Amino acid sequence: MTSAEKYVTAAYLVVLAVVLAYVVIYAFKLSRLEREVTELAELARRKKEGVGEAEPEREEVVG
Amino acid sequence: MSTSLRNNRAVALAAVAAALLLLGISLAFYWVPNAPIEGFRQRIFYVHVPIALTAYACFFWAAWKALRLLWTREQRYDLESYTAVHMGVIFGVLTLVTGSIWARTSWGVWWTWSERQLVLFLVLFLFYSAYFMLRYSVEPGPRRANMSAVYALFGVVLIPVSFLAIRLAEGLIHPVVFDRDVGSNLSGSQLLTFLVCFAGMLALAGSLYVNELTGKRLDARLAELREALQ
Repeated sequence: MTSAEKYVTAAYLVVLAVVLAYVVIYAFKLSRLEREVTELAELARRKKEGVGEAEPEREEVVG
Repeated sequence: MSTSLRNNRAVALAAVAAALLLLGISLAFYWVPNAPIEGFRQRIFYVHVPIALTAYACFFWAAWKALRLLWTREQRYDLESYTAVHMGVIFGVLTLVTGSIWARTSWGVWWTWSERQLVLFLVLFLFYSAYFMLRYSVEPGPRRANMSAVYALFGVVLIPVSFLAIRLAEGLIHPVVFDRDVGSNLSGSQLLTFLVCFAGMLALAGSLYVNELTGKRLDARLAELREALQ
C-alpha cells in the first residue's frame, strides 16, 4: 500500500468511525430514554394505585 | 408532524444515504481515473468537500430555523435550530480531520496557518462550538432561545466569507474546484461522483438531524411528564 493509499483509506475510515461513534452514543441515549420511560410508567402506575386506594375513603366521608 | 411519520422519514433518509454513499465510494474508487497532478490521493476530495458543504448546509438550516423562531416566536424552532448547529459541528469536525489528512498527503503538513480558507473554516467551527457554551450558560426559556437564535444568525454571515476566501486568496495552495463555470475543473466522471457523494452526505445529515431532533423532543416531553407526575 502506497503512502497516498494509506491517507485516503484513513480519511474514509475517520468518517466511518465518527458515524459509528454517533450510532453508539445514540444507542446509549435510547437505552437511557427507555429506562426513563419505564421509571415514569412505574411512577404513573403507583400514582394510579394510590388514587385507587384513596377513593373508597372519600366515598366513606361522602356517605 | 407525528412521531411515526418523522421516524419513517428518518428511515427513508438513512436508506437513501447508505445507498448513495456506497454508490459514491464505489464510483470514487473503481470508476473515476486518477487525477493528473494529485493522483490517487485526490479521492479524499469525494469525502472532504461534500462533508464541508454539508456542514455549511447545516449552519444555514440552523440560521433559517433561528430566523423562523425570531419571526414567529414559536419555541419549537429553537430545538430545530440547536439540532442543526449540533449536526453542523459534527460535520465541521469531519471537515477539519479529513482536510488535515488531505493536507498531510498533498502538502506534507497537517495544518497551515497561511491559508485563509482553512483558518476561516476553523474560525467558523470555533464560533459554532461556542454556541453550546452560550446556550448552556443561560436558563432554559424564551431568553435562551432568542439569544441562541441571534447567535446562530450571526454565524451564518461567516459562511459566504469562508466559502469565498479561497477565491479571494492570493497565495493559493488549497485547490479551487468550482469557479464561475461550475465543474470546469472536474471531468464528467469526477463531477458525477462528487454529486452522488454530496447527495449521500446531505441525506446522512438529514437522517441524523431527524433522529437527533426526535431524541431531543422525547427528552423534553419526558421531562414534562416527570414534572406532571411528581
